[in-house]
Amino acid sequence: MGQQIQLEVVTPAGKKVDEDVDIVTAPGVSGDFGILANHAPFLSALKIGILSYENGKKKENIMISGGFCEVSSNKASFLVESAERGSEINVERAMKAKERAERLLAGEGRKMDNFNETRAELALQRSLIRLKLAGKNY
Amino acid sequence: MASLKEVKLKITGVQKTSQITRAMNMVAAAKLRGAQDKMEAFRPYTTKFNETMSNLASGDSSGSFPLMEEREVKKVELVVFTSDRGLCGSFNANVVKEAWKHLKKYEAEGKEVTLLCIGKKGFQLLKNTGRVREGYKDIMGKFQMFHARDIASNVSTRFLAGEVDKVELIYGAFHSVAVQRPAVAPLLPVVPHIPEGEKAGMSGDYIYEPSIDELMVTLQPLYLNVQIYHAMLEVGASEQAARMTAMDAATTACKDIVGSLTTIYNKARQAAVTNELLDIVGGAEALK
Repeated sequence: MGQQIQLEVVTPAGKKVDEDVDIVTAPGVSGDFGILANHAPFLSALKIGILSYENGKKKENIMISGGFCEVSSNKASFLVESAERGSEINVERAMKAKERAERLLAGEGRKMDNFNETRAELALQRSLIRLKLAGKNY
Repeated sequence: MASLKEVKLKITGVQKTSQITRAMNMVAAAKLRGAQDKMEAFRPYTTKFNETMSNLASGDSSGSFPLMEEREVKKVELVVFTSDRGLCGSFNANVVKEAWKHLKKYEAEGKEVTLLCIGKKGFQLLKNTGRVREGYKDIMGKFQMFHARDIASNVSTRFLAGEVDKVELIYGAFHSVAVQRPAVAPLLPVVPHIPEGEKAGMSGDYIYEPSIDELMVTLQPLYLNVQIYHAMLEVGASEQAARMTAMDAATTACKDIVGSLTTIYNKARQAAVTNELLDIVGGAEALK
């Protein structure tokens, strides 16, 4: 095994991941990026998407939303608002969220006085990523 | 002296109260543990976040961001965090007193003050001041990030629109289970603190994606969320700790009252027995 990098995924509810891995791939705002061991110091904002990492033969995918990533001294820290593994995703809830967001964006939201289009857009993105990660294609 | 029956009733009443206070004490203890765990879990996030923020701030940037703009302070907003429920000793009263003190101070300086109350108790205690702009209720103890986000966007929108020039948080900080003190923390304008000994340019070799300015723009709203969420967590834990102590004191007080009432009850009982004996003896004497 070659060199590894320490990966840390921290959410307000605690540390989600803290282990040494071979490679991390994450969705940056200006495109996906990969991090290997001894990466140069790096700071990037993150999009809603899937963070994946490999450790030997093990490959893990985590859904992350809203945050940023800092790499320094062979350590990659991801500070995100939420992080969920595929097995932790509530498919039913994600489906409902998707339908609601779609309805709102389709025009129903305009009738509401506190309608926030960006928010609905983000909710839709989150639910789509969740469903994708949970292994359902819609 | 109160009649035997009255005293007996009173004793049962006090005993029932003490059952309630003891139960509340235990519930608060359990909830406190939960709240402390949440605080513990949140700590790595804040630490890392502040590190990155100061790292960014010490880097080269154009240095002018709307959320960091320092203007002449004419209007101040105080965000007061209290609990939603009472029966927790002087916890809420202390926070409100602190808020009141700051309000007076700013008004003495000729500034306009508005209040934003998070938590039902603070709202109730402060609404008579006529300075409360808005109140958030029933969100304490749920520890939801999106509540913090709501509050943050509420406050920052007003700051950006120039309706307020300075925002401060007032909350009950959790020092230990026995000590909770009101604390004041500045929120807006954002002043990232650069740790001592670290000079600008330390992080010059970082690769920023997108640019450092854009990163600042994304991170600053997050920074507000973090600060507000932190205050909410502290208040959540402090509230339970304060309630635990208050209920413990109440249970002890109940025990004392039951003790002194029992003495009264026994004295009354004895007096009654003596009286009856005297009657009987008197009756027997008369028959001789």
